[in-house]
Amino acid sequence: MSLFTGVQNWLDERFHWAELIGPLKKKTVPIHKLSYWYFLGGITLFLFMIQVCTGILLLLYYRPGANEAFESVQYIMTRVQFGWLIRSIHSWAANLMILTAFAHMFSVVFLRAYRKPREMTWLSGMVLLFLAMGFGFSGYLLPWNTLAFFATKVGTEITGQVPIVGHSMMVFLRGGEEVTGATLTRFFGFHVAVLPGLTTLLVLIHLALVQYFGMSVPPGLEARWEAAPGEARQMKFFPSFFLRELMAWYIALGALGALAAILPWELGTKADPFASAPAGIRPEWYFMFMFQTLKKIPAKVWFLDGEVVGILVFGAAGLLWMLLPFFDQVGRGRGRRFIMGAGIFALSYIIAMTIYGYMAK
Amino acid sequence: MATWRNSGLPRRLILRLALLLFACADVAYAQTANTCLDCHSVQDPPRRVTEEQFARDIHSQKGLNCASCHGGDPTKADLDAMSKAAGFRGKIERSQIPALCGKCHADGAYMRQYNPSLRTDQLSQYKTSVHGKLLEKGDTKVAVCTDCHGVHDLRPVSDTRSKVHPLNVAQTCARCHADAAYMKAYSIPTDQFEKYSTSVHHQAMAARGDLSAPTCTTCHGNHGAAPPGVDSVQNVCSKCHVFQDQMYEKSSHKAAFQSAGLPGCVVCHGNHGITHPTDAKLGTGPAATCMQCHSPGDTCDLARVEMLSGLTRLDSAIKDADHTLSVAESSGMEVSAARLEEDQARDALTKARVTIHSFRKELVDHDIQEGLKIAEKNMLAGKAALADRDYRRRGLGWALVFIFATVIGLFLYIRQIERNAPKT
Repeated sequence: MSLFTGVQNWLDERFHWAELIGPLKKKTVPIHKLSYWYFLGGITLFLFMIQVCTGILLLLYYRPGANEAFESVQYIMTRVQFGWLIRSIHSWAANLMILTAFAHMFSVVFLRAYRKPREMTWLSGMVLLFLAMGFGFSGYLLPWNTLAFFATKVGTEITGQVPIVGHSMMVFLRGGEEVTGATLTRFFGFHVAVLPGLTTLLVLIHLALVQYFGMSVPPGLEARWEAAPGEARQMKFFPSFFLRELMAWYIALGALGALAAILPWELGTKADPFASAPAGIRPEWYFMFMFQTLKKIPAKVWFLDGEVVGILVFGAAGLLWMLLPFFDQVGRGRGRRFIMGAGIFALSYIIAMTIYGYMAK
Repeated sequence: MATWRNSGLPRRLILRLALLLFACADVAYAQTANTCLDCHSVQDPPRRVTEEQFARDIHSQKGLNCASCHGGDPTKADLDAMSKAAGFRGKIERSQIPALCGKCHADGAYMRQYNPSLRTDQLSQYKTSVHGKLLEKGDTKVAVCTDCHGVHDLRPVSDTRSKVHPLNVAQTCARCHADAAYMKAYSIPTDQFEKYSTSVHHQAMAARGDLSAPTCTTCHGNHGAAPPGVDSVQNVCSKCHVFQDQMYEKSSHKAAFQSAGLPGCVVCHGNHGITHPTDAKLGTGPAATCMQCHSPGDTCDLARVEMLSGLTRLDSAIKDADHTLSVAESSGMEVSAARLEEDQARDALTKARVTIHSFRKELVDHDIQEGLKIAEKNMLAGKAALADRDYRRRGLGWALVFIFATVIGLFLYIRQIERNAPKT
């Protein structure tokens, strides 16, 4: 009896291991020409795990506080053995994770994987994307450098424009009226405690839902396969899909390592709250389309403040986007066509405004 | 009305006065009006003073009016305002202007009510100036208060539009001193402004907006303006260049220049056209100054060569370290600590350049060695950063080879297990 079989038997005697992993053994993944989109969710999960590991390592040296944060990151970058690698991977993986999460979301829209019965999977995924953006927003400030300080100032100011609750939200986020050391410590708290807890919970729910409903097949193909079940092609999750996913993870790891070694994430200069804002203040790239839109909205739209209108429109659009699966079956295909149009528009708008944001002076 | 016509005043003025009287016929008007401007605002220059112009004048803003200097009674609406009985003095003679201004400006008790911190020694200083002395001798071409400060629209010195604001002083002086025809009788050069415009001092003032940079009055004085004597040039420069002065004071050149009647700093640096000194001053090229007096091969020349080579060595070491750090920085390496130390190396070079004024090679060498140590340390930091960068890249290369091999291995393994698996 091999060691592996021995461990399996030991677990089986105590936890009925075979029953526990039974469903996973039976789990299959559809094979078709768009199967590669299934990897995106897994890559996002892998990057999240990287974030957890590198984040814990950074915690060993990082010190939250206006007087220490910058110096501690500088120390990590210059003195700690492989500190530069861990910090650069953490920063790059954060950005890649949001990129793959966005790609995963749009693949779900265009393959209509959100449709019944997977509405809750979509909703949990959307909340996860918002949490990832929250991670990005809170983590951006932690090195306490000039660019992050002023970007956070602008970002929280925008939050303050939300009607009725805006000011209270801004004060809550900042820990006062201004961005100070108090903002840094609470962003740190959100970043290392609140958001990871919520995200882990949501990831487990999301994975459980994916497991429960199985992988979605594009509707046209699904209909064909239902008509001719013999045409349906599947691969086993273990080991076939899992090993392929592992290949994707390795490639992602290689890309991360290359980015960290060739383009280490820069530190910038320490934030000086009393200095005037430098030119070129901008948020992280995934907030750029919203930032640029708000910049371009006229100061007054009819009798309303332009920025407030922008925030309300984005809020409403975000809410509708979250509820997207519930419109799919509306009006004999009209809802579906509307969702496709909205998906194409949203993707084009995000790409165009992001590019415009970086090109505009 | 007949009386008005007979007075010969222009019809427009009569109408204006009539309107003014109609509009302001109350007691308050009689107490505050300045009827001088009613006529003078429509006269031709030089008698013209507009209301806008006068409103900008600091004296007007402080509540003084035309009568404060010219006498008369501005509350009267006609020529009675300018009657002898009302104390009208008319145009002030140039020779009388300093005394007239001094009546208030030399009166500490009077001036305190307007500006307690304002000096009140302008008149006494003026009397010691070349301008004041010549005026005393009856030369009315020389500058009096109004030539520099303006008249009727006189602004405080802090106002950038004032003719005596630091940014404008040189132009104000140049109005006379750069006018060869006007200055002909005085037999002094008229190229000071032209030279000053090319100087490092003007550069600091005009280009960088550094109001503490020297302009004419900084070295020559303002109210007591006079050329600094040969012996006092050092005192003028030392007001800002303190350390250079301390070094020079103890140097052998101090006594040598004094005994030869040479004007200290000016011998090497010039005066109005002073440019940014470079190490080339210690060389033998066109910018060299030492060799104007010293002979090649003498003891001083040998010291000069050593000091110059030290400065050149340190300058090169700083630049080399800076280049290495820049390459490391552009590769994404964190070298901010070394960057901070670079400033210390540059400070050491500046200090060595200041120490040159001691003309003692051992003192200069001490500063150079200090700088070289820091530059060398920075160079090592830069090289270490580059070595670290290369180490990272090599590490990345090996990691990528490992990852690539693993991916290929996985690919082959998947192919193998799927080939062996039963078809579904």
